[in-house]
Parts: sequence; C-alpha cells; structure tokens
Amino acid sequence: MASATNSPKVNHIGLPILDYRGEKSTLCPGCGDNAISERIIQALFEMGVEPERVMKISGIGCSSKSPAYFLGRSHSFNGVHGRMPATATGAILANRTMTTIGISGDGDTASIGMGQFVHLMRRNLPMIYIVEDNGVYALTKGQFSATADQGSKLKTGIVNHLPAIDTCALAIQLGATFVGRSFSGDKKQLLAMLKAAIAHKGTVLLDVISPCVTFNDHEGSTKSYKFMQENDEPINEIGFVSSFDEIEVDYDSGQTYEVEMYDGSSLRLHKVLEDYDPTDKANAVRTLMEAQENDEILTGVFYINTETPTFLDLLNLVDEPLATLPESLTRPPKSALEALMATLS
Amino acid sequence: MATSSFNLNQQQDTRSAHERVVNDFSINIATVNGSGSQSANSVLMKSIFGMGVPVGGKNLFPSNIAGEPTWFLIRASKDGYLARKRDAEVLVALNSESAQDDLRALPSGGLALYEETLNLDQARKDVYFYPVPFEKITADICPEVKLRKLVKNMVYVGALAQLLAIDLEVVEKNLRRQFSSKQKVFELNFGAVKAGFDYAQANLTKRDPFFIERMNRTAGKIIIDGNAACGMGAVFAGVTVVAWYPITPSTTVIEATIDLLKKLRRTPEGKATYAVVQAEDELAAIGMVMGAGWAGARSMTATSGPGFSLMTEFCGLGYYAEIPGVIINVQRVGPSTGLPTRTQQADLLETAFLSHGDTKHPILLPGSVKECFELTQSAFDLAERLQTPVFVLTDLDLGMNNWMSESFDYPSKPLDRGKVLTAEDLDRLGEFARYRDVDGDAVGWRTLPGTMHPKAAYFTRGSGHNDAAKYSEKPEEYKEVMDRLARKFESSRSLLPAPVAVRDHGSKIGFLAYGSTDCALCESLDQIKNRFGLDVDYLRLRAWPFAPAVHDFVAAHERVYVVEQNRDAQMASLLKLDLPGEQAAKLCSILHYNGLPVDADSITEQFAAKEAL
Repeated sequence: MASATNSPKVNHIGLPILDYRGEKSTLCPGCGDNAISERIIQALFEMGVEPERVMKISGIGCSSKSPAYFLGRSHSFNGVHGRMPATATGAILANRTMTTIGISGDGDTASIGMGQFVHLMRRNLPMIYIVEDNGVYALTKGQFSATADQGSKLKTGIVNHLPAIDTCALAIQLGATFVGRSFSGDKKQLLAMLKAAIAHKGTVLLDVISPCVTFNDHEGSTKSYKFMQENDEPINEIGFVSSFDEIEVDYDSGQTYEVEMYDGSSLRLHKVLEDYDPTDKANAVRTLMEAQENDEILTGVFYINTETPTFLDLLNLVDEPLATLPESLTRPPKSALEALMATLS
Repeated sequence: MATSSFNLNQQQDTRSAHERVVNDFSINIATVNGSGSQSANSVLMKSIFGMGVPVGGKNLFPSNIAGEPTWFLIRASKDGYLARKRDAEVLVALNSESAQDDLRALPSGGLALYEETLNLDQARKDVYFYPVPFEKITADICPEVKLRKLVKNMVYVGALAQLLAIDLEVVEKNLRRQFSSKQKVFELNFGAVKAGFDYAQANLTKRDPFFIERMNRTAGKIIIDGNAACGMGAVFAGVTVVAWYPITPSTTVIEATIDLLKKLRRTPEGKATYAVVQAEDELAAIGMVMGAGWAGARSMTATSGPGFSLMTEFCGLGYYAEIPGVIINVQRVGPSTGLPTRTQQADLLETAFLSHGDTKHPILLPGSVKECFELTQSAFDLAERLQTPVFVLTDLDLGMNNWMSESFDYPSKPLDRGKVLTAEDLDRLGEFARYRDVDGDAVGWRTLPGTMHPKAAYFTRGSGHNDAAKYSEKPEEYKEVMDRLARKFESSRSLLPAPVAVRDHGSKIGFLAYGSTDCALCESLDQIKNRFGLDVDYLRLRAWPFAPAVHDFVAAHERVYVVEQNRDAQMASLLKLDLPGEQAAKLCSILHYNGLPVDADSITEQFAAKEAL
C-alpha cells in the first residue's frame, strides 16, 4: 500500500490511516473505483480531516457502492439512481459544517441524473462531486453510457455513434468553481487534485476515468487502462501545499499558476499546455471542445474560481447546522402568532 | 332556460310580496381571469365578514393566465355553512363570454347585477335585473386607461354593497386594510367603490329580497386559506429546509412559508435559520427533503398531482431507509394533468402505498384551515418520532379558498425531535445499531452526521440491510426489517391525530368523511335532520392508519356512509382493507367528483336515494 509507506503513521490531527478506511470492497479486483477510494482515503488522511466531519452521498451503480469501502467513520447515504445531487443538497443545507463528498458514475450523472447534475453545478454548493467514469453500465452487464466516446467499441463489437457528454465542459459552463479530470491510475495527479478539492469552497467536479476491468477494458475502448496510459494528456502538473505544511518548494512562477485556496493552502498548476489559464472560463470550455473533436483525452485542473459566492452565501445561512438549531431559534414566539391572527381577523 | 309568466322587473315593490332573505345566500362574481378582480372579491367578502356574518370565498378559476372566464363564489351564511352552495342567488356578470351561461344558472328569483352593455335583461323574466354602466363609470373616475380594468372591479363592490345594504364604512375599513401601505391606491379604489355605491343609490330601485344585516358571529374569527395555514404550521413547527417545485394548487403553501420565514426566522445578526430551494423538479425537491431529513433538519415540500407522482421513488426510499420528512399534497383533479385548478380527494390510495414494494405511509387529513395549521405541525413531530415520511393531504378547496375559522392556538408542547443519539449517549452505550428495536416500539435510534464519536456513523441505503445498517440480502434479515416496519406502522395508529366524533346520537346510521368534505357534510346532516327527522352519527377521520375508534364506530352502526370526493371510493377501500369482512360490508359510498367542491344538497340527495326516503 503506497500511502502507508509514504505517509507518517499518524496525520497532523493524530489519527492513523486505518481510521479512514472502510469495509472490504466487493467491486471487481482491478476496478478503477477501488483506486479512487484509496486516493480519497489518502487525501483526507493527509489533509487531517476528521472522518466524523465528512458526509458521503451517492446514487446507484458500482461507483455509488464504493462509499462503503472508504471512511467507515463517516455517515453515508446511498440513495436513488441519478439523485445524489438532491440528496447531497438537502444534507448540506441541514449541516453546512461538513465536508461532503458525492460519488456518482457516468450513467448516474450523465443520463438518469443529468437534470440534477446541471442544477447542482449552477448552485455552486460546497461539495466534491466525483464522477467515477468508465463509459459503461457495469451492473447491468456492459451497455454504453452517455460519456462513451464516439467510435468506441463494446466488448460485443457494438460501436457508439453518439457524441460523448463532457461533464467537465458542462460543469464549467454551468457554474462549478473547480473542475478537473483525472485517471484512477494516475495516483499523484488524482491525490493532488483531491487535496485541492478538499480545500476549495464551492462545487468541485472531478471526472475520474475509472476503467471497468470486466466490461470496458478491451481494444477499441477509450476508457481502458491501456488507452488512458497511452493517451492521457495532462494540461498541467498539480502541486498542492496544504496550509499546515511548512515545506517550501521552489517553483518557476512564470510557468506555474498559483491559486490561494479558501483554507490558506495553495494550489500550484505547472503549465504543460502552453499559456493555459485555469481561471479563463471560455478558454477552458473551448479547450475541452477542441480536445473532443481531436479525440484527445485531457486531464488536469481545467478551471478554478475562488471568488464566486456559494449557494450558502446566497441563502445568508447561519453558521451553525440548521439540523441542530435550538427550538428558541426555529419556533417563533407566541406574540408572532398573535400578531398574525390580528391581521387575519 | 327558466321562464316565468311573472315578470319580477315590472313590479314596483316586491319587498312586501317576498320574504326577505337575510345573511343566507351566495354571490357568484363572473369576471375574466387576469382582470385583477381578486382584491375586489376579497374586499367584498371581508366586508360581509365585517358585518359579523359568517362567510366563505371560493375561487373557481381556469388553468390559464389571463382571458378565460373565472368565478368567485361568496357565501354568506348566518348558520355558518361555508361549503359551496349549489346555486348562487346573486350574480355579478361582468364577462360577456360567460354572461349568458351564468344567467341561465341563476335560480328563479335571483339577482343579476350586470354590465349594462351586455343587455342581459331580455333573456329572463324571473330574476331581478340591475344594469350598471361599469365601463362608463370607471372611465369617468379613472383617467389612467391602463388602471381601468382593475378599478372597474371596485365599482361592482360599491354597487352590490348598496343593493345588499352592506355598510359603506365597513367596506372602506377593509379596503384600507387591503391597501394598507398605499394611500393613493386606496383613494383610487375607494373612489370606485363610492361611484358604484352612488350610482346604485341614484339609479337602481331595490326589488329583490337579499340583504346583509349586522350580526355577531365573526368576533374573534379569522379568514385564511388552507395553504397559508399549512405554511404557518410549518414555520411554527420549526421547519429548517424547504425544497419545492411550483405546481398548482400547492404553490401558495410554499409562498406563504417563505413569506413568514423571511419575517420571523432571522437570528439577531440577521442570518437565516432556514433554507428554501426552488428545485429543478419534484424529483429533486423530495430528494433534498430526504437528504436534509437524514442529516437532521426539519424538512418539507409541498406539491400536487403530477409533482406528487414524481416523488414516488424517493418516498419509497424514505420509508425503507427510515428518513423523516413532511410532504404536503394539495390534491387537484387527476389523473394525469387532469383539471389543475379544480378540487378532488383522489390521491388517497396513491399516497397510502406510494412506492414500489410493500410500503405504507402515515397520512394526516386536515378537515379545516385550523387543522391545516395544527396537523402540519404534528406531521413534523410524527416524521421525526416515527423516522419516516409523513404526508399531509389537503385539496384545492381547502388549500386555495378562503375559510372562516377560530383563530389559531400557539402550540402547547415543545417540538418532538424523536430518537437521536448524541456522542455522550454513544460513550455510555458503547455501541449502536441504527435499525435495532431496542425499546420495543419498532423505532431504532439514529445519529446525525457530524456526531463526534467513532461509533456514530452508519450507512444509509435503499438496498437490503440488516438492523446494523449493513448491506444484506439474507432472507431472514430482509424479513426482520420489513416486519419491524410493519409493526412501526401499526404502532402509529395511536400516535396519529384521533378521529373526531362530530355527531354521536346513538343512531343506526353512521357517516365517515375527511378533509374538505366536512363542511358540506355537516350542512347535509342538518338537512337530513330537518327534512327526514333523522339524527345520524358522524365520525370525522383525521389520519391513516385508522385509530381503533374507527373500527368501533363501524361496529356500532348498521350502515355507514363514507362521503368523499373521488370516483373510486378510495377511503372506503382503505377501510375495507382494515375492517373484518362483516364490518366492511356495512360501508356504502356517497361520491362527488366533478371538480367542483362538494355541496350539501348533493350529499343529501344521494343519501335520500340510497335510503329510499
């Protein structure tokens, strides 16, 4: 296990990584979703987030089962197909103090849950939305999903003729304030992206290509391990320096985009794609559209915006969780009812 | 068309020839949708209320923004009968499109106040005609052309007030309240009222028998619609998360809620102690309610018809995963889009079993606006106590129409937040299994996200689970959870609002009804007593599953009439599922389902026919 050897035995809040683990996975050995679960464990451990301060919300599908396999000390809600965003929205409104991770799949997000996905992005509700994206419906044995690339092939030889929905391009256009794509096999990139996501205040959308070893890892698939290893083109290299990290790393400011995060940490995006500015919304969408036309698979942080108010700001919500506000704050006094009655008599 | 050889309009003075009809008639105001008649109708209704006369107002409106015929029914009733009266004796005809039909529906001896240019007086001889040049009067007093359409409505308020003998100062007082913050608007509108009043005084000779006279039956009473009352109930129940999608006729539940939340629910620092989300659809609205309820908030949505159908899947999850939430369904006419602006009680069976799989939900059935306030509050306590979605079923008649009521009482009990374990509880207990029946009441203890204890977390899922909330497909573990849910449902019989014995004379004949049917049924039972000398019994249902008192009531009667506003006798069906066969055989149905609120005559006639009276 890579994380145990690379990390100290306990994190900066004194917890061992074991406290971030969940149950044994029942997904297929080699499933990309398991690798993503590992990175989530590692990111929260290294960021020193208390597991009890995390909510895991998911929809239906292989990906949506995975919250059982990490963070056993966090509350989790595995709800209804395509409706993770609504469940998460309600939970966050009830308790805004939590770190919320939403786990969904490409079917759960880009087909049945598309309506909810786009509206969550608009609201910029503070949460991390991870699409574990394998391009197929695995639990029903391998039908195409709406993120399958045009021209890609199923195991049975069936070719997808429809264009893929790019959840990242949509998220940027609609109002998400941190949007990136990674690959479950790229441990370093995914870990850095997740840590930055934890530090961000607003909606984070991470589309993580997560190969399905059983139904979509063959020749002709554009979501296979082999295809991703050969075609993954990072637009930037991600460095994340957390607020409690005292290590200073030298970097070339001319070649690096530095973003100060909400919690005082910093995200450093080393430009691979020449002059790529991750705060330029229109350019980000254009870059993704051009990549799709050229059959390129870009990864990295495409867009970040730390200025836009969140939905909670717009609601002018109290700082404390609504769930546990005392009755003295939630039930108006008798005089208020009497005044109302007087206006109606 | 009704005809009469007797021409009422040629009589010089009929007051001696006809008995006066005082404080006991209905007014039908026929206008065009979107013409802004709402304020005028409201002022007229409240002026009758201000005269001390019990009054109710019903808006019969089309599913349309502007241009279609719309009717407002005001019933004045010295006896306090506020259900729809089948015939309205007084007509205000302002809509050329519907005027002929409206006139045809007027009973013989009725009063027709109408726009002079409609020339209605040729059509019938057996009604009292009062032509008024509303257009002309309005043009004279309102120089601004674009305001005339609105102001015209106030002219009929004035003319009718004069004809019916409603005190002008009472009208003025209510008009001032209506436009409390806008002196100029008040002046313009009162000018219109006055112009109508003066015209009637100078030009119309009172020949009809209809009068409003002062009485003292509205002191301490209020007028409110059920949707506003539900919203008020939610706010006084401490609702914290509201998610919704606009749909007629439930929209105003949420609008009323938002209005009150803004006024009453800020911290001293000005922060909101609530969150309202207008969701993208009803699928999302109920999802937010479930997410919020799971995380510990008092959460609510309100919906109708198609929106309610869309909530089905999440409500099944709420039942199986045991998540509190309040769903108010203001019923409209179905199936499908149906008649969106008309009333019915036809979602009862859908609500009871909403979801695939074995599912049963508690339903609360307010029978008045006061109960809309009270039972909405109860719903929040019950949802958290029983850890399940709780449904408040009202309908368009109760929800959107104006009802006179006793004023509402401040809740006497603190909020019941149900069985929630804290970190300290977990320290003491050492372990916790979310769905284990440790108290023998079939309700487990839950924890909320954010409880700072290593044993606090559990995994909520709509898939198979055991009492420790672990994934399970084991036959005995699935069955154990389902059997406990059935026990929980059974135990709720004694927790839900008890039925009300409205009339208990020891009769052989009993009546059961619920919701907005109550008012018409009470009037009908008086008719039955007066016409047939029968003092029958009546038990008003307020919840499903039924309390034992419902079984006792059926057992104590030879025949039990179930009166409801749907085609398929849905409440009778629920009763038949619950009652032993010999008891179920006693039930007979009286049904009303044409989209209009049920009226007393329709009930009395069906009863008389079935009893061969």
